[in-house]
Amino acid sequence: MHHSITRSTSESRIAAVMAIILVAALAAAPWWGSTAELRLIGEFMIYLSLASLWNLLAGYAGLISVGQQAYVGFGGYMLFTCAIYLGLNPLLAIPVAGVLGALVSIPVAFLVFRLNGAYFAIGTWVVAEVFRLGFAQISSLGGGSGTSLPIKVMKAMAGSKWMREAMIFETALLLGIGTVLAIYLLLRSRIGIGLTAIRDSQIASASLGVRVERIKLVTYVAVAGMTAMVGALIFITKLRITPDAAFSVNEWTAFVIFIVVIGGIGTIEGPIIGTIVFFVLREYMADLGSVYLMILGAMAIAIMLVAPKGIWGYVRERFNLSFFPVGYRVKLDTEKALKPTDTPGGT
Amino acid sequence: MDWVNAIVQGILIGGLYALFAAGLSLIFGVMRLVNIAHGDFIIAAAYLAYVVISATGLHPLLSLVFVVPVAAAAGYVLQATILNRTLGDDLLPPLLVTFGLSVILQNGLLEIFTADSRKLDAGLLDIQTVSVLPGVSVGYMPVLMFMTAVLVIAGLQYIFYRTALGRAFRATSDDGEIAQLMGLDNRKVFAAAMALSFAVIAIAGVFLAVRANFDPFMGPARLIFGFEAVIIGGLGNLWGTLAGGVILGVAQAIGAQIDPGWQLLAGHIAFLVVLAVKPRGLFPRIEG
Repeated sequence: MHHSITRSTSESRIAAVMAIILVAALAAAPWWGSTAELRLIGEFMIYLSLASLWNLLAGYAGLISVGQQAYVGFGGYMLFTCAIYLGLNPLLAIPVAGVLGALVSIPVAFLVFRLNGAYFAIGTWVVAEVFRLGFAQISSLGGGSGTSLPIKVMKAMAGSKWMREAMIFETALLLGIGTVLAIYLLLRSRIGIGLTAIRDSQIASASLGVRVERIKLVTYVAVAGMTAMVGALIFITKLRITPDAAFSVNEWTAFVIFIVVIGGIGTIEGPIIGTIVFFVLREYMADLGSVYLMILGAMAIAIMLVAPKGIWGYVRERFNLSFFPVGYRVKLDTEKALKPTDTPGGT
Repeated sequence: MDWVNAIVQGILIGGLYALFAAGLSLIFGVMRLVNIAHGDFIIAAAYLAYVVISATGLHPLLSLVFVVPVAAAAGYVLQATILNRTLGDDLLPPLLVTFGLSVILQNGLLEIFTADSRKLDAGLLDIQTVSVLPGVSVGYMPVLMFMTAVLVIAGLQYIFYRTALGRAFRATSDDGEIAQLMGLDNRKVFAAAMALSFAVIAIAGVFLAVRANFDPFMGPARLIFGFEAVIIGGLGNLWGTLAGGVILGVAQAIGAQIDPGWQLLAGHIAFLVVLAVKPRGLFPRIEG
């Protein structure tokens, strides 16, 4: 029987071309968009990035963290420290915050990895609380009431307001798109095959020689570093940081979890769709305040009970679509397969 | 004397933390489920008591006669209708569903009761104290709270090891499939376990509400205290959770004595130290 093996599909190639056009159009947004539009797209990119990272952690590595706000806040505080006390350009401080976030996540991992499964989740939450209470004790960073980014720091970044906004926007775009792309490439790599195997069955992958613990640790540290970079960017846009805002479980973890669950956990497309749904809902319902949060929570529960793979999981099963092909597909050549004389195998 | 006093108060608060922990530990023991909304249900129980007391004028401790059965029934229904459907090999559904419940409860309580903090008034019990050492006196209420925690844990211990229900709990915990083959209905066993957990939640909620102000957003911290007590004490050991609660309470009291800002931090640090040194807790259950 004749068959061919492909990674990409025709729809994934079309999607790639459209994505390139879309990203190019977005990259030009400072020239066509208003300040409000830039902010909205920037925020979209921030949530896209956080959701993709949490999805990598929970959906692939099986590390369900409800404490990722630890790294968002840590990144934010590192940015403020670098910018205020070391005089670093805030945009350059973002990668520094990322490296520091990855470093600090190593001892954290040493502790929380001792907790199994579900208790791991609460353990990460405790760590985030320790970070929040700890930073509230640092009086040079404003203690419990927080601190602002001095105007001269922002002026040093770029002279004009338009230039600053454009630079922050492009950084957000880079982080958002970059995260998705990096995860896509990671999942196509050797580590990614290991991660996907862990997602499907930890025991089976361990017995096949996947170094489960090592891959989990590397993923956790890498995600922490990236999350800290996003956190640094978030607090450049906010210009002010307080322990409660920096380590908010609602804003940096609950929303993110809902996005991933609604969009579809364990897929690259899921967080993208979830972020779109989240922003659309917010546009229409944010005025409802706490009722809006209850609706989000109820949606996440309903999806977990009815369609645990989320919107994308449903669409993919229904239409066999994949915009980010990370696996391999076997395509049978039906015409030739009908001929009985063909030898098996071969392309 | 300040220090002795602080430590005594810390020990007594430990009883409350053990009450937070016992329900959590019970559920995890029976069905490996971690209820992220555990703390929010404790707060919801406190509000339920508040409503009952506002309507009837009962004493908070007497309100338990209403609150405990209502909570237990709610726990049974919650498990039977929603949580049973999430149980399986995958950890994600129960965690995310209870996480969603947590957000719904917090915001639902906020909608109904506003963000104002409330307290249940226990009358004389609140203010009377007894002197245990020269210079160290303890309130009736904290002592009562600690004794209740001891009784609750002794009661759970009894149910677990001396009754048919406890045998069912242990059987499903050891091997759910075999238990089912022996004629147990796991779903009902789980629902009963959740009902029991919610009964403890109700007691914890009322004592919490008598001891201090509460508001809709206090749940997650109670979950964390309970969780820390479970891990410090050792998974699967009910008396261990009491020890864990006491250690947590004392650590917080010592922290607060050094600097008020260090109260919570000291408790978390005690937990992290135990996790680093003895990851299975101080009094782990002997497997065998």
